[in-house]
Amino acid sequence: MAQDHSTAFVRTQEIPPAPPPPGETGAVHWIKTNLISSVPNAIATAVGIYVVYWLLSGLIPWIVNGTWVTNNIRECREVLAGSGGGCFSVLTERYAQMLFGFEYPSEFYWRPSLAFALLFFAVPPALFPMYLPRWMLIATGLYPFVAFWLIWGGTILTPIGALAGVMVGYYAFTKLDKYGFAAALGGGVVGAWVVWQAFGMIAGGMPGFIALEAVESRNMGGFMLNMILGVVCVSLSIPLGIVLALGRQSSMPLIKIVCVVFIEFVRGVPLITLLFVANVVLAYFFPPDSNIDLILRVIIMITMFSAAYIAEVIRGGLAALPTGQYEAADSLGLNYAQAMRLIILPQALKISIPGIVNVAVGLFKDTTLVSVISMFDLVGMIRGPILSSTDWAGVYWETWAFACILFFVVCFGISKYSQWLEGQLRTDRH
Amino acid sequence: MTDTAVNTSQMQISDEVAISIQNMNKWYGTFHVLRDIDLTVQRGERIVICGPSGSGKSTLIRCINALEEHQQGSISVDGTLLSSDLKNIDKIRSEVGMCFQHFNLFPHLTILENCTLAPIWVRKTPKKEAEETAMYFLEKVKIPDQANKYPGQLSGGQQQRVAIARSLCMRPRIMLFDEPTSALDPEMIKEVLDTMIQLAEEGMTMLCVTHEMGFARQVANRVIFMDAGQIVEQNAPEPFFTNPQNERTQLFLSQILGH
Repeated sequence: MAQDHSTAFVRTQEIPPAPPPPGETGAVHWIKTNLISSVPNAIATAVGIYVVYWLLSGLIPWIVNGTWVTNNIRECREVLAGSGGGCFSVLTERYAQMLFGFEYPSEFYWRPSLAFALLFFAVPPALFPMYLPRWMLIATGLYPFVAFWLIWGGTILTPIGALAGVMVGYYAFTKLDKYGFAAALGGGVVGAWVVWQAFGMIAGGMPGFIALEAVESRNMGGFMLNMILGVVCVSLSIPLGIVLALGRQSSMPLIKIVCVVFIEFVRGVPLITLLFVANVVLAYFFPPDSNIDLILRVIIMITMFSAAYIAEVIRGGLAALPTGQYEAADSLGLNYAQAMRLIILPQALKISIPGIVNVAVGLFKDTTLVSVISMFDLVGMIRGPILSSTDWAGVYWETWAFACILFFVVCFGISKYSQWLEGQLRTDRH
Repeated sequence: MTDTAVNTSQMQISDEVAISIQNMNKWYGTFHVLRDIDLTVQRGERIVICGPSGSGKSTLIRCINALEEHQQGSISVDGTLLSSDLKNIDKIRSEVGMCFQHFNLFPHLTILENCTLAPIWVRKTPKKEAEETAMYFLEKVKIPDQANKYPGQLSGGQQQRVAIARSLCMRPRIMLFDEPTSALDPEMIKEVLDTMIQLAEEGMTMLCVTHEMGFARQVANRVIFMDAGQIVEQNAPEPFFTNPQNERTQLFLSQILGH
């Protein structure tokens, strides 16, 4: 090692990092910088603390002093005797009605409950494909048929027939794909229809074959009805929205016009009028002897409504992609369907996630509008059979708070999922 | 003039015609972008197209793989006539590779997936084989270690080299380059040009729209000068640069070589 006599001292080790000066870290520092950094800030902090105190001082006694065991509101008032507690007995006494409606047979509550539990096996493979093996999507694919059978009951031949129809239709579609998209779609629809008709006749002849007792649509109610409408309409309206968005961009004038007219018409009409149409007017458009289920009519209307909104959200995502992406896909020889499926839609949908989730959350909450056309969903149940009964007239806070919590849990879950998904799909920085 | 270019070329050029454009015209609305273009490209030829901006050079090569439609005249690539028939268009596009000014990699796919996508879906190559091919070409453009990154994590020069590899994975017989170095920082231009030179040395038929005149001198058999939608002058690089015939060519060259 060369000696350098002009240097008096050479450090041979790196200086370890020194701790920051006191007051730059820790709770005291955090309070100083975030809560009382200036006079206005300190005042805002004081006001904030007071508001929180005021809310909790009302809320906590309401919950802690509440009663859960009385049979009606008069007993509630005696028990509570002005203590400021809540009358939560309405929830213990009527929770089943709030969840399933008042006409769903109570001995069959296990069926929708089981369907709900199975939802937690059916949905994750679709929502978390990066963590779960692909074959688990079978559960997702089978779920609609199983859930239908559990909730509505009847012979198992009906859902099996429906599933067989879908599979035959899909098979025909893939086999005819080489003759062009229109031929494939037509063949698929015809194939599915033939199978459905055949199974319809078989199921009609053997209504007791491995049957659960049938429950009619008009007996569905409570939060179950909101969940049925929400899950079905969200999962139908996203693909329909994609088709509409692509159709609106199409270079074929007829397809474009149909899509534009549909989207603009549906967006220009309030959902509530569409629901009234579903309830009353739609029956005139079907053959006189056909009895299209009310829930099905409502599903069609809500799906159309939110599909139009989702289509516009996705159109925004499509417009945000640089034309270079289309050109690169074209220049590699990908055909239209491949370019859309592999290049354009994955990126456009990623951009559209916040907008789609916004529509989905709105749709789920809008399912409560069916209470206006005298369906007894959660809101309909509370407004009707519960609050207008002599036992529970006037128990507003407790019932509506329960409804809020149920909706909030689902909507917050959807929102959190979408934030997580956006993080997963981010590829621009790591 | 075309004949001299072919005869004086130092490398193997067959008599086989790769691209034949006859009397082609194109309009954007009422604006006449390309006028009476006649161009024959032999297999193995390397052509550099230059000219002032707005002269139609990018539009010309984009017509060759039908990214732009032409209204009059005919284009045939490898004997396949380019018409509105989608089958022919897809066939031509899978034979013709293209690199863009802004790379146009697919940002949601890894480098490897970018390279294997078209072979798997268009050529129906098995995934494993497509990945091997992709790695071969990624090694060729000298970035195999980036295969599992996303395009957004690479530099511009690296992205353009990936774009070249992505095109090569389709085993194209013709490569089109649309100003491949114009969007790059100066220190990254060389790495992309080196890749293109390597490709040229292997005998790839290439049409490059570029302002890199050094590249043109080094690898082109023929330099084409376009202005106002017309091919004004074409010649082998040496006579083209030292003795331009047309006034507009002289003016253009004096402007870009002057500093």
